[in-house]
Amino acid sequence: MISLLLLVVVMALVTYIPRLFPLLWLKNVALTPLLKRFLLFTPYAVLASLIFPGLLTATNTVSSALIGGAVAVCLALLRVNLVFVVLGGIAGVYILEVL
Amino acid sequence: MATPLQHAERLSNKMAFRSGIRAGIPVAVGYIPIAIAFGLLAKSFDMPNVITLAMSLLIFAGASQFIGIQLIMAGAMYWEIVLTTFILNLRHFLMSASLSQRLETTSNRFLAAVAFGVTDETFSVASVRDEATRGHFILGLNSIAFLAWNVGTWIGVFLAFGLPMELQASMGIALYAMFIGLLVPSLTRKPVLVVVGIAVAAQSVLHWGVSPFVPLSSGLSIILSTFIAAGTGALLYREEDTP
Repeated sequence: MISLLLLVVVMALVTYIPRLFPLLWLKNVALTPLLKRFLLFTPYAVLASLIFPGLLTATNTVSSALIGGAVAVCLALLRVNLVFVVLGGIAGVYILEVL
Repeated sequence: MATPLQHAERLSNKMAFRSGIRAGIPVAVGYIPIAIAFGLLAKSFDMPNVITLAMSLLIFAGASQFIGIQLIMAGAMYWEIVLTTFILNLRHFLMSASLSQRLETTSNRFLAAVAFGVTDETFSVASVRDEATRGHFILGLNSIAFLAWNVGTWIGVFLAFGLPMELQASMGIALYAMFIGLLVPSLTRKPVLVVVGIAVAAQSVLHWGVSPFVPLSSGLSIILSTFIAAGTGALLYREEDTP
């Protein structure tokens, strides 16, 4: 329990530092273009790496996870609010699991 | 160009803060269900309540909290969880850098408070608002988002008992649906599509090609494929093509 709390504190620190550092000190420093591009691509690379292959084992069965993912993709393509993408994904899995 | 309006309409700090709170309402509305899902997911993994609530209170970053719970429960090494969290939230670095160029000069203590609330969503709202030059506006915006995130987490944690098993199991998709919702609208841009393709290919190689032979946690393979994909994108594309 204590070690888990410590983990949360360290996670909080490594989350806070990138948020804080530029606001305090980066005002007048120029990043190299390569580093800037790397950081710009990072969110997308992280998101893709998180989704695949983790999605496949997100629920009880691979098929329900794929259905849930497909529902989320469709809703995201329709540009609906993120909340409904999430709820739609859950609903897709839930319907398949109880059927 | 002359901007007489700026001189005519200088909001008081209190007004700017209130304006920020109003601007943050859509973010708050979006956060509550996702925070509830986070609380429910943590509960379904038997995560101690104190840990779940502390995560929302201290970390305040949706994706890394979800993945943190999952990595903890998958038995990942702590350093991998910390490194994944760091890499996952490194994007806030650029958002804060962008904000630092727009914000009026304020005290370091004030900036420290503003920095804590920088998320994808609060930053997105701030980016399209002229009032975002005011620290108090951003503080108001961040505050209501933070409040909603924590209220949602409490609801999720203390509501989880009565939920049927199937629904709790279905919550496992919430994180991935959120990631899909964040990623899919960006896939219309070719460089993003290429980077995403490289990441998926790298993950496939690591998952099916490497991890059966060399022990490789999901956390570490996320870090590796991120470096490969974002690094390739940075090398392949020029400034004007980047997202």
